[in-house]
Amino acid sequence: MQPGDKSIHNTHPYGIRITQDLTIPKLFFEKARQYGSGRVAMREKEFGIWQPITWHDYFKNVKYLTLGLICLGLEEGDKVAMIGDNRPEGLWAEMAALCARGVGVWLFQDCLIDEVKYIIDHSDTKFLFGEGQEEVDKAISIINECPKLEKIIWDDPKGMRGYDQDCLISFKEVQRLGRELEDERPGLFEDLIQKGHGDDVALLFYTSGTTSLPKGALLSHNNMLTMGQHLMTVDPCIPTDDYASYLPFAWIGEQMMSISCGLQVGYTINFPEEPETAEENIREIGPHVMFAPPRMYEQMTRTVQVKYLDATWIKRKFYELSSKIGYHVADLKFQKKQIPAYWKFLNWLTYITIQKKIKDHLGLSRVRNAYTGGAAMGPDHFRFFHALGVNLKQIYGQTEVAGISVVHRSGDIKFDTVGHPIPETKIKIAEDGEILTQSPSVFLGYYKNPEATRETLKDGWLYSGDKGFIDDDGHLVVFDRTKDVFTLRDGKPFSPQYLETRLKFSPFVKDSWVIGDKREYITAVICIDYAVTGKWADEKKLNYTSYQELSQMREIYDLVEKQILKANKDLPEAARVVKFINLYKEFDADDDELTRTRKLRRGFVEKRYQDIVEALYSDSQDVHIDTTIKYEDGREAHIVTDLHIRKVKA
Amino acid sequence: MSTNPKKPDVLLELDDVHMFFGKVCALSGVDLKVRKGEIHSVIGPNGAGKTVMMNIINGLYSPQKGNIIYKQKKINSLRSYKRAKLGISRTFQKVEVFGGMTVLDNIRLGRHIHMKSGIAAGSVYIGKTAREEIEHRRFIEEQIIDLLEIEFIRHKPVGMLPYGLQKRVELGRALALEPELLILDEPLAGLNLEEVEDMARFVLDINEDEKWQITCILVEHDMGVVMDLSDRVFVLNFGNMIIDGTPEEVQNHPEVIKAYLGEEDMYATRR
Repeated sequence: MQPGDKSIHNTHPYGIRITQDLTIPKLFFEKARQYGSGRVAMREKEFGIWQPITWHDYFKNVKYLTLGLICLGLEEGDKVAMIGDNRPEGLWAEMAALCARGVGVWLFQDCLIDEVKYIIDHSDTKFLFGEGQEEVDKAISIINECPKLEKIIWDDPKGMRGYDQDCLISFKEVQRLGRELEDERPGLFEDLIQKGHGDDVALLFYTSGTTSLPKGALLSHNNMLTMGQHLMTVDPCIPTDDYASYLPFAWIGEQMMSISCGLQVGYTINFPEEPETAEENIREIGPHVMFAPPRMYEQMTRTVQVKYLDATWIKRKFYELSSKIGYHVADLKFQKKQIPAYWKFLNWLTYITIQKKIKDHLGLSRVRNAYTGGAAMGPDHFRFFHALGVNLKQIYGQTEVAGISVVHRSGDIKFDTVGHPIPETKIKIAEDGEILTQSPSVFLGYYKNPEATRETLKDGWLYSGDKGFIDDDGHLVVFDRTKDVFTLRDGKPFSPQYLETRLKFSPFVKDSWVIGDKREYITAVICIDYAVTGKWADEKKLNYTSYQELSQMREIYDLVEKQILKANKDLPEAARVVKFINLYKEFDADDDELTRTRKLRRGFVEKRYQDIVEALYSDSQDVHIDTTIKYEDGREAHIVTDLHIRKVKA
Repeated sequence: MSTNPKKPDVLLELDDVHMFFGKVCALSGVDLKVRKGEIHSVIGPNGAGKTVMMNIINGLYSPQKGNIIYKQKKINSLRSYKRAKLGISRTFQKVEVFGGMTVLDNIRLGRHIHMKSGIAAGSVYIGKTAREEIEHRRFIEEQIIDLLEIEFIRHKPVGMLPYGLQKRVELGRALALEPELLILDEPLAGLNLEEVEDMARFVLDINEDEKWQITCILVEHDMGVVMDLSDRVFVLNFGNMIIDGTPEEVQNHPEVIKAYLGEEDMYATRR
């Protein structure tokens, strides 16, 4: 880099010095030159075979795409949006947008049209990369309402033969334009990359918005790169590692792993064949590092629990024994106690006989570090993975800090905390208990929202809106979102999230919603897991025809009550669930009940299910529901039912 | 032979076909012309003889009277497997898949007709047989599994799959034959709305896509889909042809309305 540059960081194990001048494209250029065609940058499973893409291929594809975008009229600072499944083309598009000095905007694959319209319009997107027909259809239907949107670029030709709109252009065609421009003006691509500066905006990232419309966080190249470097200083990865990319790119955690860390380390990014095959494909890859929100781990736990219930008697006994040993050893580790030799031996025995197989089935056999973040994870899930011998760590982070700020260190894991800050990151607790962060990765501000920026960035500190404290060991404990913290009847604060995650440890419970802020007692609304509970009901020879009917059965209420009693046991009197109700449907992001990252939108559900809340705090035994629900395909169903309220045994 | 040299684009022709089962006349004097590249639907109430008609085209039955002409050749006496070799493939009203075999194996079966290596070469899996198998697998993966979006069930036994997916696998097997004429016998029966949309999309794809361009005979009760997809519609009622025309002509035909379309309660239309 240029002499005289103000270096803000020291040299990193991978030999990358992050200066104010370094950008993601510059690093990409460097890595592609270093690795060339000798190393695989990414793999995609296609037609049943893992197809490798070398750094050289990656570079060529990005280069021509970049030049193609320039040909189409992309100028500095123009927004380029991307929507689609995780696939190499998505990453190429993002990289090309950055190389062309544009700004990348990611949308969730399952965004409804209104959400797509809001983000495209608000971000002033000029080019939109859609995967195939589905995304193109979405884009065409909104193009008239988004005046800045000029071109829609698609890469999967399936079903696209009848489309001839002028606003459409294929990925290949853009690359062909790029090749032509390369012949005309050789060296343009390299010039573009050299022009970049670390403080330039790289990504415009829309936060999931549990309360209001999504806000667009502006992240610079420097934000992203320092983030990756700091995480990799804590838990280094090596270039021969494998990483599986299957979570939405519109989630900051995936960006952090695929771009911030991936580019610096140069590990191989693996894309599954289809979202439905992800689980199977991850098992084939056996990634070395994993970062997923709690729901992924919850799903894995549920898989194991359900398989356990299905297994033969002898297998169940073996599993019970092995998990007893696993839990004991994990607890010793949590307490930082020496593990006696015979326990070590027993643990090894369970590893070779049982744990190894389970880990293999979950795709965890090679995982060195597994991270969970983005929402709270219950202690039961957390202990479950440690008992299996998986080095699962909590992280704490947010979009506004380009990923994470706090993480557990190996050997210093407490399941109720999120660990210590990563290098060059300071964490402070404000007087009212709010968690404040200071680091080079703190974002530049919200796009077109100076008011929100002022509220969030004060005196160089990032105000998270989360409540927490630092415990005696210096670990950060995240309590809950400030606005979500309950005041119990005895005046003590309480985190509903904590209770909700405890309830979700039951394989029969998919989602839970705890109510009771400033009220006499705590209540819960439960969404049962249709597949698991349905199977249980089949075995018990219970007849049901729909989710709604199943959820209201007495036997299912008993089942849920058991889990609630379990969770109640460890809680102070005032925080125990007194009444609960099984909802007639699952919570759904399409109904605005959850965010796209599956966080409960408390304010919204409170309004929507007002009748239920009222009934839970009255003497009534039932709630009458008369409502219309809308299915994904647009059909509507009229639901009239009575939901039963169950009082939990004291 | 009643081939018409002026109309070489006729792929299949039924000429005055009669079919009796004992004294029951299942088809009496049916004339049908299916042109290359079209989706030709056959509709009619239950028991009208639609499936009999398909079985005649496919070679499961042979008509007592009349001719079946495929590519200007009379194929009345040709056995089913020989007709398959000529490029006629079909799916069944009730799925006829091999439940214990995987999806891939079921589709591979449809490819069998294109296998050239014999018993001797096949018993040693090297050279020609191996190359041939790889070629066929490539075709199945790139053209069929990708088209029908069944990557996630590739290695699953078909018997364990839900009905909608079994129907897809059956279509996949029919496609593996690389047919020129595909008979789809009620491909949408028993599917939910989403599956119907998917299946309709696949039918359009195989009919319109440059790689396939398959002529389809579609037997179906779902009028919405029939009217949307078809180039021509053939209406059958108790073995007699009522009309063979464009969807508009059929919809406005008084007898069709009386015999079929009017009975809203019996045949759900999804329009």
